Amino acid sequence: MAHDHDHDHDNELDPFAARVRALETILTQKGLIDPAAIDVIVDTYETKIGPRNGARVVAKAWADADFAAWLKRDATAAIGSLGYTGRQGEHMQAVFNSDETHNLVVCTLCSCYPWSVLGLPPVWYKAPPYRSRAVIDPRGVLEEFGLTLPAAKKIRVWDSTAELRYLVVPMRPENAEGWSEERLADLVTRDAMIGTALAREPA
Amino acid sequence: MNGPHDLGGQMGFGPVAPETDEPYFHAAWEKRALGVTLTAGAMGAWNIDESRHARESLHPADYYASSYYEIWIKALEVLLKRHGFVSERDLTAGKAVDPAATPKRLLKAENVPAVLAKGGPCDRPVAAPARFKAGDLVRTKTFHPTGHTRLPRYARGKQGIIEAVRDGFVFPDSNAPGHGENPQWVYTVAFTGGEIWGEGADPTLTVSIDAWESYLEPA
Repeated sequence: MAHDHDHDHDNELDPFAARVRALETILTQKGLIDPAAIDVIVDTYETKIGPRNGARVVAKAWADADFAAWLKRDATAAIGSLGYTGRQGEHMQAVFNSDETHNLVVCTLCSCYPWSVLGLPPVWYKAPPYRSRAVIDPRGVLEEFGLTLPAAKKIRVWDSTAELRYLVVPMRPENAEGWSEERLADLVTRDAMIGTALAREPA
Repeated sequence: MNGPHDLGGQMGFGPVAPETDEPYFHAAWEKRALGVTLTAGAMGAWNIDESRHARESLHPADYYASSYYEIWIKALEVLLKRHGFVSERDLTAGKAVDPAATPKRLLKAENVPAVLAKGGPCDRPVAAPARFKAGDLVRTKTFHPTGHTRLPRYARGKQGIIEAVRDGFVFPDSNAPGHGENPQWVYTVAFTGGEIWGEGADPTLTVSIDAWESYLEPA
């Protein structure tokens, strides 16, 4: 990246921060945007819509076979039943890891990502190293996340080239029998739902 | 277009380098960049396909040197100028100088939750029956359109199998330049790693794309 930030505040000397501020100022002065709407958008994706949504979907699928079947058949409706709908989650597909197959999601062409269940995508998901290599060298990519798959495991990479958005349902860890959905959700990380990790093992 | 965005299989970008406990934003301006992009998009002057095409039309050197929010903002400036909302004089002055076109809509703060919850579904009815069914062998087109397309280069001219018939969806190649939605059936098409990458391909690999019907021919 051309701009690595090692601080978490705007600096007036940062030319890109100034460029964004100028654009917001121009649009606001012309009455084209409402800056308060920007505050609400940011708050939504900082505090309301994030990977906890997807974790609850996965935990419910682990705990409830009927929900899992619905999720497989009509992910948009099943996920919507938990209240997770909307932008970049309009057309959902859930893909289930199994003993035979590990699933991995990428968008080689841009940054398509299931916002309604995972929130905003991490920087690496949108950056050239992941987008270029996930489809040609997924095992090498997974190694960089600390995940080594057995040699015989099949890998399925889903390139999000259209408006379908993919949620990986990781395998349920053993030793979590009888856990509540809320506890199970703690085992489900963002990366596990992209496919660059497995679900956490119970401590 | 064979632009800088079409990254599948390219080499030389180095390791992925995931961050531990990555924050949602790495600088305060990124928050405003997200919000400006979404609120400006909500004016309704362009569609998602036109905005994607504006991003991938950045000069390759610029695209690769930019973070994703920088790409968004650079493309947004192009869209705002193209549609008459912002002028070069405005940008140079850093304030409103010239008058602007009238937007279809203004996204007010109180409407944000409803707008985000509704999203922008892209499925549309298609009058013709689907040409392919699950299990059909197909070959993707070999073509190099200069405009927007969602068939990545690595998956052109390849034989795959229809895994699922999805739904009718707005056709980006037509929608991006404003030639209409012209919806088509979309299919999930699976390819073996060997079909796509040939020699040295991971034998355990299957890659799928979601392809509009006109990208496909019977194999």
